[in-house]
Amino acid sequence: MNAAVFGPVLDFSRRVVPGFSVLLMILLAQLPMPLPFFPNVAPALPLMAIYYWVVFRPDLMPRILVFALGLFHDALIGAPFGLTALIYLLAHGFVLNQRRFLVGKPFWIFWSGFAIVTPVAAFLTWLLASILRGAILPTDVVLMGMVLTVITFPVIAWALLHSQRWLVGSAQPS
Amino acid sequence: MAKRNASISVAGLAVPFRVWGQRFAFLGLLALAFALMLLSKAETGALERARTAIVDATTPVLDVMSRPVEAGQSAAQSVESFFVVRAENDRLREENARLLRWMLMAQQLEVENATLRAQLDFIPGSAPRAITARVVADTGGAFFHSLLINAGARHFVQRGQAVVSHGGLVGRVAEVGDRSARVLLLTDLNSRIPAIVESTGDRVIVTGDNTPWPTLTYLASNSPVSAGDRVLTSGHGGVFPPGLVIGVVAEASEARVTIQPTVPLSQVSEARVLDYGVNGILPPPEQVPARLAAPPAPTVAPVAPPTVGTEPAQ
Repeated sequence: MNAAVFGPVLDFSRRVVPGFSVLLMILLAQLPMPLPFFPNVAPALPLMAIYYWVVFRPDLMPRILVFALGLFHDALIGAPFGLTALIYLLAHGFVLNQRRFLVGKPFWIFWSGFAIVTPVAAFLTWLLASILRGAILPTDVVLMGMVLTVITFPVIAWALLHSQRWLVGSAQPS
Repeated sequence: MAKRNASISVAGLAVPFRVWGQRFAFLGLLALAFALMLLSKAETGALERARTAIVDATTPVLDVMSRPVEAGQSAAQSVESFFVVRAENDRLREENARLLRWMLMAQQLEVENATLRAQLDFIPGSAPRAITARVVADTGGAFFHSLLINAGARHFVQRGQAVVSHGGLVGRVAEVGDRSARVLLLTDLNSRIPAIVESTGDRVIVTGDNTPWPTLTYLASNSPVSAGDRVLTSGHGGVFPPGLVIGVVAEASEARVTIQPTVPLSQVSEARVLDYGVNGILPPPEQVPARLAAPPAPTVAPVAPPTVGTEPAQ
């Protein structure tokens, strides 16, 4: 009886965990950290979560959701609408295409995949932002941010792995 | 058997359609992203309103989320101050002695000023009203330098107002929602602040370039500006009130002159929005409050909202 009532609710709450985790990462990335110059080189937390879920549960991270989350991110940071959404969309498409090389492989391969996605995403963001703002933006902070993003990835991946184990489950889509 | 074959063939036919549908959806979303970027560049009102609504709705969440960070910061500070308390005490005692001398001098000057003003029939400028708000998000990133504060139109924040912290300029209010506002930092690429170099009197523009050190533009090539000179707002253009400290000259070479902002912009936790009644950047006519449109009336201090305090500026 209980299973019949709570089953669908539980199932639904499981399915929204990946989306909420990306939302949480977007909000966490905006918090004012009391470190000098940190906001300029802060790691790209939402990109880590998108990468993680597209590899392990692509069924729960559809591209329309990634697009919507990108638009939300744009609204918060004051970027032109569509900039981050476009980057997330491209990252989603690329990882979805290549995920067969990443699933079921050792962690260092999973990490290396992210180390390929991050510079491409960072460069494209820099390029688009430079075009939209009509000036060549500084690149040193982009490089620093990129390095920090790749270095801190295992921490976030570990947290997401646990959230997947406890809340989502590892059922692969057919 | 025949039925099974039929179903397989239908499914087989559906696969290419599904693949094409997915590709079309992907390209459609890409096109939508580009279209939105171009529309944002054109600064359409609808997109700006959507942004303000999203930020307004998110600000309370960010406000709650940023409190543990602030608590952690103050805990770390108290631990740190515990270890340096002796040195800090000595420094403060020395500073207190120096400030007492300044206080005496200021009191003498105040009396002298009052006497001279009385002789001249001087009409003093109105003191600014200030609203203190918490910084709930540092949405800086590498490409767009801005902050979100938890005060908005309902707390009398308006577009174009100057934002200061610890006595130095932070930036100006760029977008105003109902209970949130975006502050464009003076380091942002879009920031241009009319300023004056205190020691030489040179009029310059402090130009943000997305680096932590904005440059001084329109500075005369033979100007004797040197590192350490203070740069203040000049009040020209009516955007900022005059006399706010922006920073000190960090590097003065032939090619360029950069300044170090007085306020550590990445560590601002509280910001004061100053209302001097100057409106260089005029809001759209429908947003001009009756207070500005009507003939000047005696100003009434705004009601203190629960989250932000109102107090007169020093």
